[in-house]
This record gives sequence, structure tokens and C-alpha cells, in this order.
Amino acid sequence: MNVPAAWYLVLAALLFGVGAFGVLTRRSALIMFMCIELMLNAVNLTFVTFSRTLGDIGGQASVFFVMVVAAAEVTVGLGIVVAVFRRRNSTSVDELSELKG
Amino acid sequence: MAPLATLIVLFPLVGFLLVLANGTALKEKAIGIIGTTVVALSFICSVAAFFVLLHHSDREFTVKLFSWIDVGSLHVPAALLVDPLSITMCLFVTGISALIHLYSVGYMKGEKDFRKFFLYLNLFVFSMLLLVLANNLVLTFVGWEGVGVCSYWLVSYYFERPSAASAGKKAFIYNRVGDVGLLLAMFLIFHQAHTLTYLKVFYVAGTFSPTVATLTVLALLLAATGKSAQIPLFNWLPDAMEGPTPVSALIHAATMVTAGVYLLVRMSPVLTMSPDGRATIAVIGGVTAFVAATIATSQKDIKKVLAFSTVSQIGYMVLAVGVGAYAAAIFLMVAHAFFKALLFLGSGSVIHSLNGEQDMRKMGGLAKYLPYTFPTFLIGWLTISGIPPFAGFFAKGDVLTNVFQHNKPLWVLGIITAFLTAYYMTRLFVLTFRGTERFREETHGHDPHESPWVMTFPLVVLAVLSVLGGLINLPWAHSASLSGFLGPILGYVPAVAGSSTAAQWGLAAVDVVVAVFGLLAAFSIWKNITESSRYESSFLEHVWHWDDFYDATIGRPLTRLAYFSDDVIEPQVIDGAVTGVGVTVRNSAEGLRKVQSGFARQYALAMVLGFAVIMVFLVARVF
Repeated sequence: MNVPAAWYLVLAALLFGVGAFGVLTRRSALIMFMCIELMLNAVNLTFVTFSRTLGDIGGQASVFFVMVVAAAEVTVGLGIVVAVFRRRNSTSVDELSELKG
Repeated sequence: MAPLATLIVLFPLVGFLLVLANGTALKEKAIGIIGTTVVALSFICSVAAFFVLLHHSDREFTVKLFSWIDVGSLHVPAALLVDPLSITMCLFVTGISALIHLYSVGYMKGEKDFRKFFLYLNLFVFSMLLLVLANNLVLTFVGWEGVGVCSYWLVSYYFERPSAASAGKKAFIYNRVGDVGLLLAMFLIFHQAHTLTYLKVFYVAGTFSPTVATLTVLALLLAATGKSAQIPLFNWLPDAMEGPTPVSALIHAATMVTAGVYLLVRMSPVLTMSPDGRATIAVIGGVTAFVAATIATSQKDIKKVLAFSTVSQIGYMVLAVGVGAYAAAIFLMVAHAFFKALLFLGSGSVIHSLNGEQDMRKMGGLAKYLPYTFPTFLIGWLTISGIPPFAGFFAKGDVLTNVFQHNKPLWVLGIITAFLTAYYMTRLFVLTFRGTERFREETHGHDPHESPWVMTFPLVVLAVLSVLGGLINLPWAHSASLSGFLGPILGYVPAVAGSSTAAQWGLAAVDVVVAVFGLLAAFSIWKNITESSRYESSFLEHVWHWDDFYDATIGRPLTRLAYFSDDVIEPQVIDGAVTGVGVTVRNSAEGLRKVQSGFARQYALAMVLGFAVIMVFLVARVF
């Protein structure tokens, strides 16, 4: 069975929208992180889709870069979240506004 | 020739470095011996180089030391040019320097900064020799600035005295104005000839257009007026007398102040191309000679009289250059170096004997107390007054004869100046050595003491040179004279042949008659009086109000401008701009900081919205 490329792209757009909505609406840093991962993987999906459609391996190579960067980002980000949680017993980003202008 | 020429320049530098490196370890005596010896060695090398030159038919040697500046089409080697002109300069510069170094050992004895004095003096001789021997304008400029800075240091040698400090600054600033002229001349010449090496410039000098040649000559003239104290930049030289007397003798009479004349003579092939330029030079020289001589008649300070006399004599040299009599200019330069150094050193000896008194009203009757200074000074006085057979008579006569051929009005001015010269020198002589003794107050009742031998010996040598100096350029020994020696390398030299021998005798007779009149006039006026409001007008005593004129036209307007800048421009314009920028930034930051709320999700929303705007823009562009 041959699924059309457009379906993949629509799925990716939906995933991206869910992720963006989550980032904008949720307060918990942890959930925001998960949403960001969702957005990143939505983009990955488009990369792979186009790579497949156009027969260009470059898109799949890019996906590996994104994965590596995402993994590094999660490592650092979760470390910060844990450190913040230990200090404040909360991961709400709205409370982290000491640096406002 | 190469080692000799190099050694001439290097010896004084070695002396400078030796004294510099050994710091305070050396005693006065050792410093004096080193300083004098190196210059004497330099003199010996100059004499040797002179004889080598005499025995070569080709009298131009270029000694290349190393390649100095090599950029694009600009090639400036550090090279020396040994030719009759430079070696003539070397001979009298090193010879007189050696004598004055010796004199300084006695004169500066016990001074606090004895070592510093000899450091500067040696560095000065090095710079002067570099100026004279350089084979291109850039290297000459290095020497030119070197002598300028040494002059500055030595004029303000007694820098605790405010007058000495400001005299040094004055000398430096006036010279700087002249230096602009030299730089402009260099630019013009490089633009035309694409080289700054003398011999190459002379080779193409004939192709300069009249306008460019005139501009170049005027720029060179500006340089010469600064360094050689000519109108309009002559005021610094009298003030430079604040320096120790040996400095006045060496730098401000015999050597450095003649550098401007040397430069003009050196560039004679370019001068030849511009009759207008040379006419200007002649007028500047003649007028300066006259103005300075009038001022010298009314000065009360013995060194000031000699200073204005120097300005006046250099005016004669510039006048000679202006009418194309380059050899006559050099002849007068050499003779002047002899007798003016003699007069300055003699006045130094007088000042020394009176514990530093320089006012001639407090001298008088010194003849019998100074058995060496008096007769040598007598010779110097007769020489500068133009009495035959001393050197001054021949040198000044040579100049005036040449001027007579070309410019009768300037000749008349020159003759009046010759009268004034005899007059003011006789006044100085009478007030100092004759008449009543008026110095007891300064010497605390004691008799004045004659100076030690290191000071009187140079006086005797210079007196002998002043007597015999005329021999180097006797009018009737044309091929075996200074003119014959210099002739081949100078630009167009007008022939004096136009005048018959009878005319020459007539002109010489006129010279002698005016000189004798000057002597007699001064004797009859100053025999019994020490000051006279009739013969010392305040206008002349105040230097024709020349300094006041500069003060009113340049000094005070600039000061006012400075105060205006301080009161208005600084606080309102500049501070206004600076504070304005600060206030603007702060006010806009006040508004912008509200954007930085600290809520991460707000930032994310801003990013998404921004992204959406970009997307809409891109999509709209596609359709």
C-alpha cells in the first residue's frame, strides 16, 4: 500500500500544532519539554517525507543531526528542570520570572 | 673616502652614547674629555676627507651606508654625500664645535647638569653633521629636526627659570612653522622628480615648470626663515639667548642657524629655475639684515646685541643667496662662524668674570682686568665691523659686490646695515671694555677675574682664524679660493666679471668708509654715557613690536578661541551630544524593558506570531 506524501505532511503539521499549542498553554516545564520534542519530531517527519519523495538522502541526514541536538538539549534541559524543582518544589515556568526587565 | 665620511658622523654619536651609557659614574673631567675628544676626532677626519677630495678630479662621493626606506617608487638610502660644499660645512662645524666643547668644560664647571649639557652638545654635533652630509632631503630632515630638538633642550637648559622654559618653547614652535616649509618643498620635489636624492633632483631640476620651481623655492625659503631666524620668523633667536653662552655661540651663531642658508645653497640648481623665488629671497635677506641691525643698536643685554647681530649677518648670507652669489654666502657663513663664535665666547668670558651679569650698563672698564678676553674681543669687534684686513671685510665685501651687480636698492640697504653693524658693535665694545667701572656691585667689590685656559685658548684660536679667515677667498686668487673650490657644484653663478677691478676697489672703499663712520659715530656718542633715550628708542628696544604684533594677531585670538571652546563648545556642544545620546538611550530603554516580562510562554507566543507573519509574507509573495 502506498500512502501519499501529503498524509505524512498533514500528520506532521498536526503534531507540530499540538506541540506548539502545548508550549503556549501548559505551565509545567516538563510538559513544555515534551511538547518541544513533539514539534522537533514533527519536523523530522517532514524531512523524511521529502527525502523519500525527492530521492535525496540529505533530508534523512538532517534528521540525525536534529535527533542528536534534541538529545543534548533534553539532557541539559532536564538537568535544569531537576535543579529548579529541588530549589522550589515546583516546575511552573511562570514562577521563574526573576530576570524580567 | 667611505670610512672617513662615516667616521665624521659617527664620532660625536659615539661620544653621546658613551656618556649616556656610563650614567653618573663619570666625573665632570672625564665627560669633558670624552665630549671634546670625539668632536676633535671628527674634525681630524673632516680635514683628511678634505685633502682626499682635493686630490680627486671628480669631487662628488656618495657613501651608501644602508637602504633605509624602500617603498614603491620612493627609495631613500641612508647615504652621505661628500662634496666641496658638505666638506666645507663639516670643517668649520667640527672645528668650532671642538673649540666650544673645550670652552664649555671651563664655562659649565660645577653646573648641576654638566653631563646632560655634554650629552645634548654631542648629539647636536651628530645631528648637524647628518644634516650637512646627507645625500637626500629626508636624511637632511632628520638632522634638521635633530638640531632643532637639541636647540630646544639647550635653550631651556635652566628650565627652573620660567623665561628659559618659555624661550625653549618659542624656539621650538617657530622652528616647527619653518619645518612645514621643508616638508612642503619635499612633497613638491618628489611630485616632480620622483626622488629626493640631491644629485638626482638636480639632474631633472631643469624640467621643473616655473610655477612649481617658484613654489618649491618659497617653501624652502620658509624653512630657511625658521631655522635661520629671518623675517618673519626671527623672534625666537634673541630669546634663545636664555641658554648657556657656549650654546649661543655654537648653535645660535656659528652652526645651526646657518642650516637654512646651507639648505638654500644646497638646492641652488632648483633656485636657479626661479628668478622670482630668488628675488624674494634677496628681499627677505636684505630687509632682515637691516631690521635686525637697527634693533641691535638699542639692546642693553650684551648677548641680545650679539643675537640680533647674528640675525643681521645671516640676513646678508640670505641676500647673497638671493642674488645667486652662493659661494659668497658660504664664505660669509664660515667667516661669521669664526668671528661670531669668538664674540659670543668673549661675551661669555665677560659674563663669567662678572658672576653672570649680562647688562652692559653694569660693565665698563673691563679691558685691564681681562688680558686675554679683551684683545681677542677687540679682534672680533674689528672683524665684524668690516675693517680690513680681517675676515669680515672680505666676506661682507664679497657679498655686497655681488649684490651691487644685481640689485642697487638692496645694495644701499646692505651698506646702511654695514654702517649700523659697525655702530652697534662699537657701542657694545665701548660699554663693556671702556669707560668707568660700573660692576663693583656685581663682583662684591673684587676685581673681575680672567677665565681659565680652557676658555681663553679657544678665544685665541678663533681670534687667529678671524684675522686670517679672509685668506680662504681672496678676490684676486680666483681658482685657488673657496669660490673656485665650491664653483663646480653650485647652480648658475653669475659672473662678477662684469665689474672692473676699479669698481671693486671703489666698492671696497665704500665698505671701509661706512664702517669707519660707524665706529666714529658710536665712539663719540657712547664715550661717556651708558644709556640714552635719544639713541635707544623704545620702538627698537621692543624689536619693532614684532612680538606684540604676533601676540595681537595670532596669540590672543587663539587664546580667545580656546576660552570660547572651553566655555561654550565643550559644555554645550560636545557635552550636549554625549549626554543627549545617554538620555535618549535611557528613555527608550524605559519603554522597551516592559517587553521583557519574564514569562517564557509569552516569548514563545511572540516567536510563533513572528513565524506566522513570516509565513504569511512568504506565501503572499508566491501567489
